[in-house]
Amino acid sequence: MRLIAVNDISVRHGDFSALENVTFAIEKGEIVTVVGPNGSGKSTLIRTILGILTPNTGKIETKPDLTIGYVPQKLAQETGLPLTVRGFLSLPNRVSNQKAKAALLETGAVGLEQRQISQLSGGQMQRVLLARAILNEPDILILDEPTQGLDQHGAADFYALIERVRDQYGCAVLLVSHDLHVVMSASDRVICLNGHICCQGTPTVVRDAPEYQALFGQGTHGTLALYQHEHDHSHDDCDHDHHHHD
Amino acid sequence: MTTVTTIVTMTITTMIDDFLLRAGLAVVALALATGPLGCFVLWRRMAYFGDATAHAAILGVAISFGFNLSIELGVLAVALAMALSVSALSNRGHSMDGALGALSHSALALGLVGISFIQGVRIDVEAYLFGDILAISQSDLWTIWAGALIVVALIFWRWQKLLTSTLNQEIARASGINPAREQLILTIALAIVVAVAIKILGALLISAMLLIPTATARVFSNTPERMVLLSVLLSMAAGIGGLWLSFTADTPAGPSIVVAAAALFLLSTLFGRNAR
Repeated sequence: MRLIAVNDISVRHGDFSALENVTFAIEKGEIVTVVGPNGSGKSTLIRTILGILTPNTGKIETKPDLTIGYVPQKLAQETGLPLTVRGFLSLPNRVSNQKAKAALLETGAVGLEQRQISQLSGGQMQRVLLARAILNEPDILILDEPTQGLDQHGAADFYALIERVRDQYGCAVLLVSHDLHVVMSASDRVICLNGHICCQGTPTVVRDAPEYQALFGQGTHGTLALYQHEHDHSHDDCDHDHHHHD
Repeated sequence: MTTVTTIVTMTITTMIDDFLLRAGLAVVALALATGPLGCFVLWRRMAYFGDATAHAAILGVAISFGFNLSIELGVLAVALAMALSVSALSNRGHSMDGALGALSHSALALGLVGISFIQGVRIDVEAYLFGDILAISQSDLWTIWAGALIVVALIFWRWQKLLTSTLNQEIARASGINPAREQLILTIALAIVVAVAIKILGALLISAMLLIPTATARVFSNTPERMVLLSVLLSMAAGIGGLWLSFTADTPAGPSIVVAAAALFLLSTLFGRNAR
């Protein structure tokens, strides 16, 4: 089942063309990663899919009653809005303590309920943002640069977490990243974006595509490292960063 | 002779009681509205927004006198027009700061010039710049309470949505909330507060009551709900304290209320630091 169909959209900011003739679709349960350098139109793409921006041409069709779980890059933290993790989970829809706890347990952030949002570390914040996003059992999770500010281990753990959430809830995942070195190997499709779609396909296809080499060749020496999730190890390993001594 | 004295004394006593009671009831109503609204003004960094809208109130006063409208109505209309313009401009980004400043101060100046042209009536401009709470009438009081309760109801009704779109526009959008609509709600609420507060605090002091008690409440709050509640209570305390100061020391009421709010803020920063 098709959740979101992006049909030949172009978005301009004044004279600047942010996106040109972008077409792709996301199917149920699919993991799609969009990679592109800064300024390649990734944020514009997300904001257009969310309906904040209207495409100048083309259109975006969504499944009726599509529920989106959105994980922003960060929250505006310096606003002086006092908010606990528990309070955050109840936005915009109030949820029971039991549901809140279950979601935090799922993302490995249990015990942070009474912590102020502004005092979370980068890794904790991502897990809390993800917990809120899965509370309404979305059809699709949209994540904007979720691993920015995480170290390599943190990023690898977070990718594993996303994969686990996808397997459990059967939701599709649209993940945007400027991290050209590491892309989730679990991605069903990688879309390489630079104002337009340069190339797309499975991670290995994109890695070997000449367009990818041409666009990102310099910085990454032409290699796309795929984050390999080891399926044969114990999943307890995923908990190793949960013990915060503070 | 004694009867006359007694009657005069009684009348004066009733008058004092009445105007003080009315003033007290007015600041309590205002606190109910400025508390929650001030929190959103602080969280959304809209301080300039409050200023511009309040300054426009003077233009509203001039128009009300010029066209023989009720002050509240004229101020509400102009404040709403200003708040909507500011809201539209600020969405275009930081490059609009200059335009916002120009708009805000020209509305104030234009209002003052406009008032000077009005023939026939002698208008006490100071009353509209700094408020004249002790002159509030019974019907003013009804208007103030009605306006304040509308603002409280608006914010209570939209609370979850307002909070979500304040925190993150994208999350709001993804949850089916239109952040522009929530901003419009706050814009209307601000215009209403300015319209009812003009007689109490005047155009120049309204934003002080939106900001100072809220900043004080921030120090002691770990949830938005608590911050709103504290902000209301601190505004009430500042209002009553300011009135008391004004009555006992014969100081102007509006500025005295702001001084009381500032004193509470000062105390809280000292106390807040010690508490940490």
